Amino acid sequence: MAFEEIKAGLEKYTAGVEAKLDKAPERANLAPNRLYTPLDLGEGFDYVEKLGFPGEYPFTRGVQPTMYRGRFWTMRMYAGFSTAEESNKRYRYLLANGGSGLSCAFDLPTQIGYDSTDAMSEGEVGKVGVAIDSLADMEILFDGIALDKVSTSMTINAPASVLLAMYIAVAEKQGVSADKLRGTIQNDILKEYAARGTYIFPPAPSMRLITNIFEYCSKNVPLWNTISISGYHIREAGSTASQEIAFTIADGIAYVEAAIKAGLDVDAFAGRLSFFWNAHNNVLEEVAKFRASRRVWAKVMKERFGAKKAKSMMLRVHTQTAGSMLTAQQPNNNIVRVALQTAAAVMGGTQSLHTNSKDEALALPTTESVTIALRTQQIVAYESGLADTVDPLGGSYYVEALTDKIEAEAWDYIQKIDEIGGAPEAIAKGYIQKEIQDSAYKWQMDIEKGDRIIVGVNKFQQEEEPPTNLLRVDGSVGKLQADKIAALKARRDNAKVEETLAALEKACAGDDNLMPFILDAVRAYATEGEICGVMRKVFGEYKANITL
Amino acid sequence: MANVKVLVAKPGLDGHDRGAKVVARALRDAGFEVIYTGIRLTPEQIAEAALQDDVQVVALSLLSGAHNTLFPACVELLKAKGLEDVLVIGGGVIPDADIPGLKAAGVAEVFTPGTPTSNIVDFINANVK
Repeated sequence: MAFEEIKAGLEKYTAGVEAKLDKAPERANLAPNRLYTPLDLGEGFDYVEKLGFPGEYPFTRGVQPTMYRGRFWTMRMYAGFSTAEESNKRYRYLLANGGSGLSCAFDLPTQIGYDSTDAMSEGEVGKVGVAIDSLADMEILFDGIALDKVSTSMTINAPASVLLAMYIAVAEKQGVSADKLRGTIQNDILKEYAARGTYIFPPAPSMRLITNIFEYCSKNVPLWNTISISGYHIREAGSTASQEIAFTIADGIAYVEAAIKAGLDVDAFAGRLSFFWNAHNNVLEEVAKFRASRRVWAKVMKERFGAKKAKSMMLRVHTQTAGSMLTAQQPNNNIVRVALQTAAAVMGGTQSLHTNSKDEALALPTTESVTIALRTQQIVAYESGLADTVDPLGGSYYVEALTDKIEAEAWDYIQKIDEIGGAPEAIAKGYIQKEIQDSAYKWQMDIEKGDRIIVGVNKFQQEEEPPTNLLRVDGSVGKLQADKIAALKARRDNAKVEETLAALEKACAGDDNLMPFILDAVRAYATEGEICGVMRKVFGEYKANITL
Repeated sequence: MANVKVLVAKPGLDGHDRGAKVVARALRDAGFEVIYTGIRLTPEQIAEAALQDDVQVVALSLLSGAHNTLFPACVELLKAKGLEDVLVIGGGVIPDADIPGLKAAGVAEVFTPGTPTSNIVDFINANVK
């Protein structure tokens, strides 16, 4: 089949038919062509160079040779609210119902290194996640859950070292050694500065804590994913698909550079780096994004950093469906959105997945709605056929063209960020924030102009009763945690706490790896606020520059 | 309306400011003078900023669920500084059931997800003192 023949056929086709819907306002900005053909792959399309085989460089088709023919992705539902007792119940429920890994949501005081009793915690205790003040809470959170049997992801960034230390200490009490522990800490401070906001310390000590964790885990917790370099929140903040992977991979480059600068060998830590993508509404664009991101990261690690091990070049990814795409209007429609986003993540080849619940534009999800979200993954896994073959869309003219396009746009951004001086500098200058905000504003204005349709929001609206049956976290959690902290301080060895905190303070001022010192303080039942307080004292706090 | 000054503020620990920034920019494009505080402010800091910047409107955004504590605290502190006439509005992930309580506490209107920014502009124009 000659290219010339296809070209002639395409010209005839394009001239001969008109697509009426192209004239509708919401279609006016449609990016894709009407039809894709082998012409879009290019004449010299090199299968091995561009796609290769699953489990092989450049990993376009997936990071494992067998993908879901070997095993399904981990169905990892992000959960946590109120107290450790309440959240423990939810974790056990999810595991009993076919959830295959845990994912902890912490409340904002925990994520920002404040005890529940801190004035800054007013009104926030137990609201968006579980309140953890000390090892005592962590023991309750994982009560009856064998830590050598389950893998646990923790959405924790600035104080990631402290929560990881607590997890290690709980495992010790269960008789499980650290080398058996499997899981992930998010530990991605750069996107906190750029998009998510739970930073504590300035960049330099934050990067030190991160490289300390890389080093400590490579020796002591070798199965642990030491970072989850996250595009999810960048996308939630409003970025496009290309920006999501570009800014995140730029962050990844900064972490690898920092670790190499700290003296680590790239192949000693790079295999434990993991990523976190958003599964957004445009199914095929998302599939292409996953594929493009694997190709970009593989090239970065091989060509830029000279990684030798295949594992160091693999972009392994956790995915969450797009929270910002859930609508408060007609919330049952969200079940359908999440199902499509799930399909995208699975066809994109994710390693694990959280599916959002239909009621999350209104409140934290109820048990009933979480169950539907988990069942959505199970239906896609067992019934849809999407998991039956590796990279099922590989070779689609459209998806390959889109993969190339997203990859090219990502490289452009990465180059721009390199020219600025790397991701930390680009964030300090507000460049990344500005790019994200511009995309967010465009999205909103497109909806308001009717150039983008969101069903139930700006088209097909209907009168509805206010929803009932929402999960509420009442104000008593703050009081409950305060009582727990008071009781803890009365029963622990306070001299030991003081001693470990003093040792930590001294270490912060020097160059030692901080993990062993944090672990000692955690074992002595120092509170998270006490430990982070010591670090705040030595390191100071980050002041954001505000971009609008 | 000329010279209406709006303070867009995020009380509490919530870092989600996509909405706050989109609203701030839409208000600016609608001709208001807009100051955005950035994230993680205490109600005291917000009231102080409103006083210093001499604003007529304070627009609070919160997605963490702490609105029932922090929105009324902002209103109280504004009053304590003699800013009774400042129009306080709020937005974020706020269940319908909480809205009457927030209004009783002095929040003039609450804008929930999916609201067009033009509704907020219209509300300010109709209600600013």
